[in-house]
Amino acid sequence: MRWRQLQDQITASQLWKSIFRVGVPNTNRKRVLAMLGNVVLHLHPVKTRKSGVKMRYTWCAGGVTFFLFLVLTFTGLLLMFYYRPTVEYAFVDILDLREQVPFGIMREVHRWGAHAMVISVWIHMFRVFMTGSYKPPREFNWVIGVILLVLTLLLSFTGYLLPWDQLAIWAITVGSNMASATPLVGIQGPGTSLLKIGDIQLVTSTNDARFGLLGGRFVGAGALLRFYVLHCVGIPLVAAFLMAVHFWRVRKDGGISGPV
Amino acid sequence: MATVQKQAEGTAAAPDLDVDGVTRRSTLKWMTVAWIGFTAATVAGLTATMRFMFPNVLFEPPTRFKAGDPSTYSPGVDERWKEKYGIWIVRSTDAIYALVAVCVHLGCTPNWLAAQNKFKCPCHGSGYYVSGINFEGPAPRPLERAEITLSPDDGQIVVDKATRYLYERGQWSDPKAFIKMA
Repeated sequence: MRWRQLQDQITASQLWKSIFRVGVPNTNRKRVLAMLGNVVLHLHPVKTRKSGVKMRYTWCAGGVTFFLFLVLTFTGLLLMFYYRPTVEYAFVDILDLREQVPFGIMREVHRWGAHAMVISVWIHMFRVFMTGSYKPPREFNWVIGVILLVLTLLLSFTGYLLPWDQLAIWAITVGSNMASATPLVGIQGPGTSLLKIGDIQLVTSTNDARFGLLGGRFVGAGALLRFYVLHCVGIPLVAAFLMAVHFWRVRKDGGISGPV
Repeated sequence: MATVQKQAEGTAAAPDLDVDGVTRRSTLKWMTVAWIGFTAATVAGLTATMRFMFPNVLFEPPTRFKAGDPSTYSPGVDERWKEKYGIWIVRSTDAIYALVAVCVHLGCTPNWLAAQNKFKCPCHGSGYYVSGINFEGPAPRPLERAEITLSPDDGQIVVDKATRYLYERGQWSDPKAFIKMA
């Protein structure tokens, strides 16, 4: 009896009621209100079709991709407590992350998670393509998805430089040289040599697209810092925003597509 | 014009409403000014942001440097400036020239393999003769040569990486592409 009293006292308290506003969700209406009144729960649809939870149909590849993004955000945040993006410290900090930091596997989780995310993005796109889920009204969301694919690859590309070993430096040297082939704004790009006043070239090695990417004429301290900022803040912010749009559009275009 | 006026008079039911001195005309005028101002501010902001990414001072080694007296170079490939400036000074039988140590395939730094008498890029395997001419791997053209002159002050070699001489354009015979040695 006293137990019952205590229970009533707790559930009648202001603290309890301010958190659980709807009460016991024992009707459909209350279930909907509970879902919509909670920022975390409202990310998931109130109702899903039976086919939407069939693993054989969706492969949950998009869900796996989002999960990996969360894992990478969390492990990346942990790595940021130790890693310093300077020429002097970057490489030794990477070694220390393995040798001197508890759970030295954290960097490997981040690295393998990144590999897995690229793979799961492709699997997700493959599923969406093979089930025809890119067709109207979902064509807009397909384009958002393609941009997210590019951002995923850019995250991998920028993260590739951060260990600051020979592989990283030369891979980014090769990769960023492609930027100098950009039309009109890359120093070797088509049409760039036409942009000149008299004998003076307007686009030079210190103001072309590659320079903007690297913050220098070669992969050096400026490039390391730029790639670090893009990897940890810039691209994740854009990706998170587009993911919100992506999930929103899934809902608005009729939920996860099912078998016809 | 007259027709328009007549129409305006005819539709007296929808006159140019004046509420506290605000008319349709003044609203449109100020909205136009506001949108032009907003667009201009946005463009200016974006331009400033772009410009911000291109610093005014570069803390990189200068492209022009003095490379010592020609007599300090013995025949063959000299690697003393490779680490700092990315330049090989090569002395052949009758000339000294400066090769830029950037692979023309994708921009890696090749190695000088003395035993095999060739430059070899570790990234994708491009190979170049001592002259800089490519003979193996994906390199599409020979290495570039930098401008090389003798300083009129002290007779030292002066290399300027900013000026390049390309074999495929027949520029290697340019007087500033090499120093004649007796």
